[in-house]
Amino acid sequence: MPTYFEKKQLVTPGELLAEGDYLAGNNTYAEDKKVYASRIGLANCDNKRVDVVALRSFYFPKIGDMVIGTVIEVGFSGWTVDIKAPYTALLRASDVLSRPFKPQNDELSQVLSGGDLIVAKIASYDRTHDPQLTVGEPGLGKITRGQITKVTPSKIPRVIGRKGSMISMIKQETGCQIILGLNGVILVTGKNPDEEDLAMAAIQKIENESHTSGLTDRVTQFLKEEKAKLEENKNE
Amino acid sequence: MNEKPEKLIDKKGLRLDGRKVDELRPVKIEVGILSNADGSAYIEHGKNKILAAAYGPREMHPKHLSQPDRMVLRCRYHMAPFSVGERKSPAPSRREIELSKVIRQSLEPSVFLEYYPRTGVDIFIEVLQADGGTRCASITAAALALADAGIPMRDLVVACAAGKVDDTVVLDLFDTEDKVGCADVPVAFMPNLNAVTLLQMDGILSTEEFEKAVNMAIEGCKKIYEIQKEALKTKYMLIQEEEEVEEE
Repeated sequence: MPTYFEKKQLVTPGELLAEGDYLAGNNTYAEDKKVYASRIGLANCDNKRVDVVALRSFYFPKIGDMVIGTVIEVGFSGWTVDIKAPYTALLRASDVLSRPFKPQNDELSQVLSGGDLIVAKIASYDRTHDPQLTVGEPGLGKITRGQITKVTPSKIPRVIGRKGSMISMIKQETGCQIILGLNGVILVTGKNPDEEDLAMAAIQKIENESHTSGLTDRVTQFLKEEKAKLEENKNE
Repeated sequence: MNEKPEKLIDKKGLRLDGRKVDELRPVKIEVGILSNADGSAYIEHGKNKILAAAYGPREMHPKHLSQPDRMVLRCRYHMAPFSVGERKSPAPSRREIELSKVIRQSLEPSVFLEYYPRTGVDIFIEVLQADGGTRCASITAAALALADAGIPMRDLVVACAAGKVDDTVVLDLFDTEDKVGCADVPVAFMPNLNAVTLLQMDGILSTEEFEKAVNMAIEGCKKIYEIQKEALKTKYMLIQEEEEVEEE
């Protein structure tokens, strides 16, 4: 029962990864007791489970995921929202208004109109229906300030870091609030644009170097240097 | 080579472009060259120059074309007006519509269509320069574009043709051989699953010749597969190298 790859080896779709008693994990599939890769990525084997960390993928909705989306259309009883997934999501008016929605009393475009950004959670999704969003929890709803940056959805775990070490470090160093949408959209809110730019630069650095180890230390270093530069400019 | 040559294979057993009977044309592939597509690839197969781009999975438009149980693959094969000797009308011809379908069908078995119901993936193939065997080169490039878009696949698809010229079975026909020769057998192949996804024949071959041509084409596919795999890895290779440096 051999495996045919070294740890973190780059594999292409269709490459035979293991034969025999192995479990097909993420981005792999099994056929005739053989495990193959289904995406380009780095192969990993952990306790008889073969995984591929995809280097290229897209966001796929899952119930409970927090996402950041753009309102693209105001409908009769709700909004359609682009969440950077293969499906557009629906947000119902009654969910936003938290009371029964009456078309004669409420003008939906005054609550949210096209182009507005919202933080929402996926309330329901299955193969037969488009995902439905909810904003009925604290911290969710229309975004009124801050800046948006985007990363590949598969890199969100790297932005969070082990037990949230990376994200809490960036928050601490820049003094910004950061909301991660699992669809790869990130909202950064700080006291001034400089801080926001700093946090966004750090996030982009993570995206570009997400595959290297010791990243948290390097990002800390990067933020400290950039902060020093900002201070210098201010003093001048 | 405007007039019809009398002999396609000379006394030394070499073909018009100097290749041996079982020799491929030089193949060069690049992945991820279009920034606006979700995935893309460019292939130079001999004098063929082809661009392939993949978009999706995304919502189908028009919506009634979407399928409730699977993703829909759409494919457009198009030849640029300047891709051939005589200007070709940019409107899709009968041949292009047929090739679009043939290419789509040869890619469909490789993609996990059932994973993403009600969505669609669009593949656009643009032939910038044609010199025989464009359908095969298109399939090779389109499979890479799909992989580069991050769409889960069972295997890469790679294609190559074999045929008969001057009573000899040869590999990878170019334009003149295709037009003057006796037969052309394009084969698309999934190398890891050892499965054929496209098999066509144009012309007349005996059973033995046909078998020989198919086997020859599959051998050609395997050679191109190595180049195809390498091309896909090259785009992501930097990542792996950096990883190794980190670990030392």
